[in-house]
Amino acid sequence: MLNHLPILQVILPLLAAPTCLLLKEARLAWAFTTACCMATLAISVMLLLQVIDSGVIVYSLGGWQAPIGIEYRIDSLNAFVMVLVSGLSSAVILAARESVAKEVGADKQVLFYIAYLLCFAGLLGICATGDAFNVFVFLEISSLSAYTLIALGSDRRALWAAYQYLIMGTIGATFILIGIGMIYMMTGTLNMHDLAERLPEAAHTKTVFTAFTFIIIGTCLKLALFPLHLWLPNAYAYSPSIVSAFMAATATKVAVYVLIRFVFSVFGVDFSIDHMPLQQILLVLSLIGIVWVSIVAIYQTNLKKLLAYSSVAQIGYIILGFSVGTVLGLQASLIHLFNHALMKGALFLAIAGVVYRIGGCEFSQLSGIGKKMPWTMAAVVVGGLSLIGVPLTTGFVSKWYLVSALIEAGWWPAVAVVMLGSLLAVIYVWKVVEVAYFGSPEDGYEGAYEVKEAPLSILIPTWMLAASNIYFGIDTRFTSTIGHLASQTLFGAGS
Amino acid sequence: MLNVGSHCAIGGLNIDFLINIVLLGFLVCTALAIVFTKNLLASAMLTGIYSLLTAGFFVVMDAVDVAFTEASVGAGIATILMLSTLKLTGFDEDPARHNVKAGLLAVCGVGVLLLYGIVDMPVFGSPTAPVHMHVAPHYIYQSMAEIGMPNIVTSVLASYRGYDTFGETVVVFTAGIGVLALLGASNHVPQSRVAPMSQHIILRVVSKVLIPPIFLFALYVQFHGDYGPGGGFQAGVIFAAAIILYSMIFGLDTARSVISQPLIRLLSAFGVMLYGCVGIVSLLNGHNFLDYSALAHDPLHGQHYGILLVELGVGITVASVMILIFFNFASRVDMVQEEQ
Repeated sequence: MLNHLPILQVILPLLAAPTCLLLKEARLAWAFTTACCMATLAISVMLLLQVIDSGVIVYSLGGWQAPIGIEYRIDSLNAFVMVLVSGLSSAVILAARESVAKEVGADKQVLFYIAYLLCFAGLLGICATGDAFNVFVFLEISSLSAYTLIALGSDRRALWAAYQYLIMGTIGATFILIGIGMIYMMTGTLNMHDLAERLPEAAHTKTVFTAFTFIIIGTCLKLALFPLHLWLPNAYAYSPSIVSAFMAATATKVAVYVLIRFVFSVFGVDFSIDHMPLQQILLVLSLIGIVWVSIVAIYQTNLKKLLAYSSVAQIGYIILGFSVGTVLGLQASLIHLFNHALMKGALFLAIAGVVYRIGGCEFSQLSGIGKKMPWTMAAVVVGGLSLIGVPLTTGFVSKWYLVSALIEAGWWPAVAVVMLGSLLAVIYVWKVVEVAYFGSPEDGYEGAYEVKEAPLSILIPTWMLAASNIYFGIDTRFTSTIGHLASQTLFGAGS
Repeated sequence: MLNVGSHCAIGGLNIDFLINIVLLGFLVCTALAIVFTKNLLASAMLTGIYSLLTAGFFVVMDAVDVAFTEASVGAGIATILMLSTLKLTGFDEDPARHNVKAGLLAVCGVGVLLLYGIVDMPVFGSPTAPVHMHVAPHYIYQSMAEIGMPNIVTSVLASYRGYDTFGETVVVFTAGIGVLALLGASNHVPQSRVAPMSQHIILRVVSKVLIPPIFLFALYVQFHGDYGPGGGFQAGVIFAAAIILYSMIFGLDTARSVISQPLIRLLSAFGVMLYGCVGIVSLLNGHNFLDYSALAHDPLHGQHYGILLVELGVGITVASVMILIFFNFASRVDMVQEEQ
């Protein structure tokens, strides 16, 4: 069974979803989903170990060799992203039971878990595959289920947010499909490895240029790069808290993975960076994004929305590292990909605890909450420090690598912008701290005195993630080794 | 996806060329009409026509399987679903709340980019185009020996790229789950107040005559997909169309008493499970996921069994999800009317 791990990883949650429909009770569905996520996490860790040990794993689906059939191709990059996705999904689902029971209608909870499993499976499928069209199919699975999950939010605005995301997401997916269709037309193949070999012949054509443009714009819509991020804040703010945590930790990360995969493994470094102005465009957009969106975040009065804007700014850092176009820059991107998932996972789970107790996260409700829910708010503080990039947190490691990459490339103005971004992060994190610790409960709403600490079932996963923010901030071996390995492979394969 | 022998002579004015021009001209006109129509009912009908024209265009290009799907899904079910949505929202467009100029700018940008991309495309129907030189010849020349199906499209769809089709089936299932989660989960189903159309004698008689052949045709499309155009997707939609026609003529309540809702839900999951389990059986027999050769001693027989089962799974899921979506949309109409 060991050589079937690549496919088991994806079909386990994929087949668990229809099975879940047979379960009548929400608790059972939750237990089943959690068990499934844990098993998938175990598989993805085993896969990562296998890849580190013995190199790329190729798995032909249906027994047909690529490019005749579809293949799964696991290398250090996607093995790493899959560990991230399954790890964070497991941590989030652990906390889900009580939060979902409170925020989602009783008759919809089983359907919630089914959609969660589908979205999870879709994200893993995008990562695992070595076939360009297969990416699109699994993108559809993950997107459709994500729209459903967001629309299940108890706030009525959730429907509108999900609708906005549906329109933007569909445009993004369609762009990606148009691009894939065009490169298929110019090469006659859909297999990524095969495409990489056959595309250079057609690299000078206008069709391949158009295909490249469509794919880049499509993925940038999906990963919410400034100025294509407008769908994200509402989607994160009004969805059920568990969904905010899940989406922030996984969905945009997988979209970044798709961008990296297409740029490096399909079109190749020579084409993407040397022939196209991709580097310059992404550099400018990410820098403007970091500053502008961080400023917008400062003016938010809803904690979830503040963090959603901060997510867009953080995506700016990830893309900034990517746009440097060096091994070190890509490594910084991958490290921040992982670290940002940990930060936002911890923060949004902590907020799930807050929303569980007080029913919302407007600043007016949060006055003095630090004294009522000390553990939950301590987790928010840890996550916030990590966002700023204080030493001994993961955020510091990310910024360290990013700044080194920028200095190595001699991009001093960009270094200044990263510093400015951190300063802005200090301001918006401080806003939260000020309200939570220095506001008095009397300013809050009436029942503020009775508020208790979040239930342990939410608090424990929150602190697992908060603690990993500190752990990976001190012990950087895992992230930096894998990040280095993956980025070296990508540059090696491209040139 | 496969465009085997295209009849279209390049440059020369033959009848195919004329038909292409006329069909494309109609397509453009319909698209413009959709943009400029204020009445949403008319827009919905026009999108149906648009799909039908596209289907005709696919037929000219010899992609009959795709044409079949487009006709049944795009022109059929999608139009019905849009109409039942309009029943809820009303037929009038909200006067421009959206930013028209920005949208127009984006659309023009995309259009220019698309036109730019066309410049270097291989000539239409050229036998030396990359798509005809690399993977496609393998499908055309080897599929009979490797899979043994006269319909190459089915071989590609269900076996060579069977995993994509599995994914698409899950997409359909996901859509069903989405609709259930947003509209359906409530156990309270009000008595349908939409008057059935059974008092229209002509409609009633004609549909009574039509519905059994439609079912039969659906089964034919389902099981004949290996030999001619068709397969699970088309069959599922046609099957669902018959049931939707029945519930429109004889009323939702009658239809509900025939078709149990929980059963339909289970079936929508069952189709996906059937597809997945075929793959699991291959795994247990020591082959890769969805390798149908593992299903029987003779690999060719295995391929036949596999494709038959897999297509059945697709058909079941597609049919039950379509019925599910329609029923949920329709009972929403009742619920809204009850609230008023």
